[in-house]
Formats: sequence, structure tokens, C-alpha cells
Amino acid sequence: MPDGALRADAETLERLYRKLYLTRRFEEVVADIYPTDKIKSPVHLSIGQEAVAVGVCDALRADDVVSGTYRGHAAYLAKDGDANAMMAELFGKDSGCARGKGGSMHLVDIAHGVLGSSAVVGSTVPIAMGYAFALQREGRGRVVAAFFGDGATEEGVLWESLNFAALHKLPILFVCENNGYAIHEPIEKRWAVRDLIAKVAAFGLPASRIDGSDVVAIRAAAASAVAPMRRGAHGPSFMECTTYRWREHVGPNADFDAGYRSRAELEPWAAADAVTRVGAMIGAAARQTIESEVDRQVRDAVAFAEQSSMPASIELKTHVFA
Amino acid sequence: MSSLNGKVPASNGARAGRMLRYVDALAEAVAQEMERDRRVFVYGLDVDDHKRIQGSTTGLLERFGAERVFTTPLSEDAMTGFGIGAAMAGMRPVHVHIRMDFLMLCMNQLVNMAAKAHYMYGGAVSVPMVVRCMIGKSWGQGAQHSQGLHSMFMHVPGLKVVAPSNAYDAKGCLIAAIRDDNPVIFVEHRLLYPTEAPVPVEPFVVEFGRARVMRRGEDLTIVGISNMAIECLRAAELLAEAGIAADVIDPVSLAPLDVDTIIQSAEQTGRLLVVDNAWTNCGASAEIVARVAERPVRNRSIRFERMGFAPTTCPTTPALEQEFYPNPSRIAAVGYRLVRPGDGKWVPDPRRAELSYQVQFRGPF
Repeated sequence: MPDGALRADAETLERLYRKLYLTRRFEEVVADIYPTDKIKSPVHLSIGQEAVAVGVCDALRADDVVSGTYRGHAAYLAKDGDANAMMAELFGKDSGCARGKGGSMHLVDIAHGVLGSSAVVGSTVPIAMGYAFALQREGRGRVVAAFFGDGATEEGVLWESLNFAALHKLPILFVCENNGYAIHEPIEKRWAVRDLIAKVAAFGLPASRIDGSDVVAIRAAAASAVAPMRRGAHGPSFMECTTYRWREHVGPNADFDAGYRSRAELEPWAAADAVTRVGAMIGAAARQTIESEVDRQVRDAVAFAEQSSMPASIELKTHVFA
Repeated sequence: MSSLNGKVPASNGARAGRMLRYVDALAEAVAQEMERDRRVFVYGLDVDDHKRIQGSTTGLLERFGAERVFTTPLSEDAMTGFGIGAAMAGMRPVHVHIRMDFLMLCMNQLVNMAAKAHYMYGGAVSVPMVVRCMIGKSWGQGAQHSQGLHSMFMHVPGLKVVAPSNAYDAKGCLIAAIRDDNPVIFVEHRLLYPTEAPVPVEPFVVEFGRARVMRRGEDLTIVGISNMAIECLRAAELLAEAGIAADVIDPVSLAPLDVDTIIQSAEQTGRLLVVDNAWTNCGASAEIVARVAERPVRNRSIRFERMGFAPTTCPTTPALEQEFYPNPSRIAAVGYRLVRPGDGKWVPDPRRAELSYQVQFRGPF
């Protein structure tokens, strides 16, 4: 359960707040637009979970790499993925980050180190590991952060990947965004053993559980995990970040009336919301500047998406082969 | 570098005259590409053990070291994704599987990720990865060590599928596969490993999407896939003894598929027999016959037959296994009935058929 104080210098907090607010605002706008049917792919919103991606990515370098999930808006934006290209992708436009061929679940921005995300749970984890292998051979101290949900820990491929990454000491930070549900099924109905950290530790990785609302703690944990990786030969680490999905699994709405979870379950998470808490910790003037700049950035992204063209029909058959 | 698609590389001088086994051609192709390109690496269960994937990775570890030639845990799913990620990062992985059946453990990564990455990420990434896999046969390989599953991969846009039938094509196709910017499923057959052909010493590529006409004849077109290309050549020898001349075509690459060469031949002979090293149901043979039937210009009608695995699981006992596979005698008999439908009694002389079956294939490639 979230608790504890956030402690970081003002500059760091302002930087974190900018990303937290961007992610939250971007998705709120997406949710607002969604009923108009301008958005042409299903959206799995990160609202409530932003602190995990924002905290981890703040510990990364610009030339580091992240891989995300179908709930990947936060990781994409936190790693400085192009917001215009992302919104255009949701609108199905030619200027989208995947040229309108991927949609919300397949965001990609290689220039900013965002590997493509996937709609098949766990499937990006070994790919992130292969990327980490290439970075290890490159020897420039770059690392990969692989985001995945608690559901991915039920896929065999995750454990295969942990074993191989540990065996070859690959520079990869595994980040489990544990929001307690896979689609609508709670962990109690899925895990025989609740202690994920113990399971991971058995594979030979340093592993820690962190309050996923505490963006500063997440940032600190990620920074201390990747620092030795950059020096080489340290190998992977694992973070389990407990968090909570505020909206429905897919779509723009809340779903506390659906019966599988209660609104009371949300309350402690909402009270610990990183966006609200970090926003309250920075100066009013700085906050106002950040918010107005981000609001404009999101408005610009919507305008960019609106004004972009749909792909020409010839695009259907391009990119089948490289 | 040279490309000799569709031609018999028989008069290529002394360099082409060297006979090389299929298995050694595989190892030579990879070694030459690893020499040429630092990004190439070879991995997979047992690539570095004393048996070296029946000899097909021989010498690679000694020459290029464990950094570029390494084994894996028995984690086919993750190890496929690992290769995809390395390929996206600019490396050139060659993932080796000693049996094609094990690709079933890789399907999610191959079908949902490797095949789709270039398209669903709008061209932002490519996956230049080779997946080598070997089909087994005989010595009781049985249900899970003998499957020819190439049609499953042909079905999926974004994957290339090649199945070379001789040492020349094995080397040229493997070099082409490593240099290709797309995922390539490279299908080998265990029984082809000891077969020899003239193979140039220097690196060369066999381009995908160009079928090879292995034998010329005007009465019948026979298409043979993978090891069946060799069985079809033997069947053609038996048919020749009955006065029937067959075109024998090896597609070499199944995706892309050079259907034009097959159509051209079938239009001339009016008879097409497709023999696959797999089941016929929804298989490569079904695709080839359909594409020929759908040909845009139809100058004459064409009669079709297909042969492949019996519609059963592959049994281990030789008593049943020999009934499971097409063989030269049976292929010849079906070909004969296509050409002379009124005269259905001909079967090859069993002694000649046996001899044909056992003769070591030594070319023309």
C-alpha cells in the first residue's frame, strides 16, 4: 500500500511532474476524444500507473531503450516518444509513429529508444532481452528497461527470459507493473505463490518490491539498478512496482460498477496519486508553467493528428517485407 | 559472388567442380558470412556440442569463438524473441533447431512478432533473422521428429520460407537468407545432409523466388519440395524407362513462390504433379495447384495430382513408415497415370525402383 514521503530536489521533482502530468493529461484527452470515434484503435489507459514508467525512465539515458506493453502510453511518453506521432497513430493517420498500421497497442519510436509494444502479453520481454544482448556487445553502457504487467509473470517466456538474462548477465531492468489484475481477473485467482520477488530471486536476479505510487523511490531504485549494468558484467535486475489501474481494462471509462472490483479499492491509490502529490510539492509558478506547456503540447498533438492524412491505399501492401 | 538461379552450374570451371556435401555447404555458408559480417552470430541448443547439429555447425566455434557461437537453454519461445530483439538492434542472428517440430514452441514469436514487426511498426524496424530447422525421416524419427511444417509459415505474410534440396542451393540460399532483411525460415532435410553437389568455394547467393528446373521433359511437370525434389528426380528416371519425359521443378523458395516457372511448364505439358514433403491438406502442394489453376492466361487445360505424407501421424515402425511417405516408385506410378490415364497398370520394375532409390544423388547441382 502506498505511503511514505517523496524526497528529491526541486529540479528533479519538476522534471518528474512534467512527465507525470503529460502522461495523465494526454490520456485524459484521449478518453475525452474516444467517444467521438476519431480514435481508431482500442486504448488501454495507464491512468493511475504513470509513476512507474516515469520514475524508471527518468533514471535512463536518452540512448537507453525501453519496451512496453499494450498499456504502453506511459512508457512511450516517459521515454520522450514523439507525442504528435503517438496521437496521429491513435487517429490512424499516415503521420503516426507506425504510419497508422499499429495503433495504440503497437507504439514505437526507435529514435527515442522506444521499442514497439505488443498486444500479446509477455511477448516483448524476450525481444527486449535480445536488444540488451546487442547493447552488451556494443559496449557503450546502454541498458534496456522492459515493462510488463503481473499477467506476464504467468507466461513461460518471462521465466525463460529471466534465466537467460541472468545467465548471460545482460544489461536489462525487468519492471513488473503489478496492478493486481490481468484483464478482470485478480491475482488471488491466478497465483499460487504471492511472493513474486522470491520467485524472481530464485532465478538469480536482484529483485525488489516498490510502491508504484512513489515516483521518487522508483527512480532511485531504477538508477541504482542500472548504474552497475552500465559498467558491464553485473547482469539484470528486477523491480516489482505495485500500482493500480483506475480505468477499465480497455476503453476510456471507469468500471467499478462491473462487479469484479470495488471503488473502495481505488481510494488509497487515488489518495497516493503521484501526479497530485508531486504537483503539490513543486512551486506554484513552476507547476503552472509546466501544466500550461503540457496542455499546449497535448492540444498540438491533437491538432497534428486531426490535420494529418489517412494513409493512401497503397500503404496496405507496403512494409510487408523490409 | 555469383547467382546461378535456374541454370545448371555445371560448366563453372574448376571452382564449381568441387563436390561438397549438403551438411558442409551449410557450415561453409555460415562461416563465410560470419567472416564477412561481424553482426552475424549463431545460436541454438547444441550448436557448440560435440555433434554440432549433425555436423552443420562444425568449425564455427573454433573459428569465431563462444561470443558468436553459443548454445541456449531449452527455451525456444524466449530464444526466438531474443533473436528478434538482437535483429532489431542490427545484429544478424542465425537460430538453429535440430528438428523443425520444435518451431511449434517458437510460433508466437515467429508469427506474432517476427513476421509482423516491420509492418505493424510502420517500417521502423526490420528483423533480419534466419531460423534454420531440419526435418527428420526414417530410423524411427516418428511423430514429433519428422514433420514438414513449412506451409504453416508460408501462410503468414512477412515470413520467407526456403527449402533447398541440394548442396549448391543450400549454400546459396543460406547466404541469401543471412543477408536478407527479413525473417527467413530455412528448411533442411536430414536425408539431404550427406548428398553431394558441385558447390563454388567462394560465397554466392541463390535469390529467393526463382524455381529451379532440374530436368527437362515434355510429357509431365513434377514439382518436388525439399527432399521430395530428389525423390522426384529418381521418379523421372523410372518414367523415362517407360518412355515418359518429365519436367522436374524444385521451387527452392516457397515464400516467395515462383509460380510462373511452374505455370509455364504445366501449360506445356498439360499435367502437373506436386509432391510435397508434408501433408497435402492446406499444404504447399494445395497452394501450388491453386495458383496454377488460377493462372490468368489459360491456353490449355491442366490435369493435377498431389502427393505428400499420408493423412496420419508419422509412425516409427518401418513397416508403416514406408507407407507414410511418397517414394520414387509411387511418384512414378502416379505420374504415369497422369500421362496415360487409360493404362493404369504400369508400375516401375521393383528392382529398378529399389536401385533408383538407393543411388547416391551426385548432381547435376
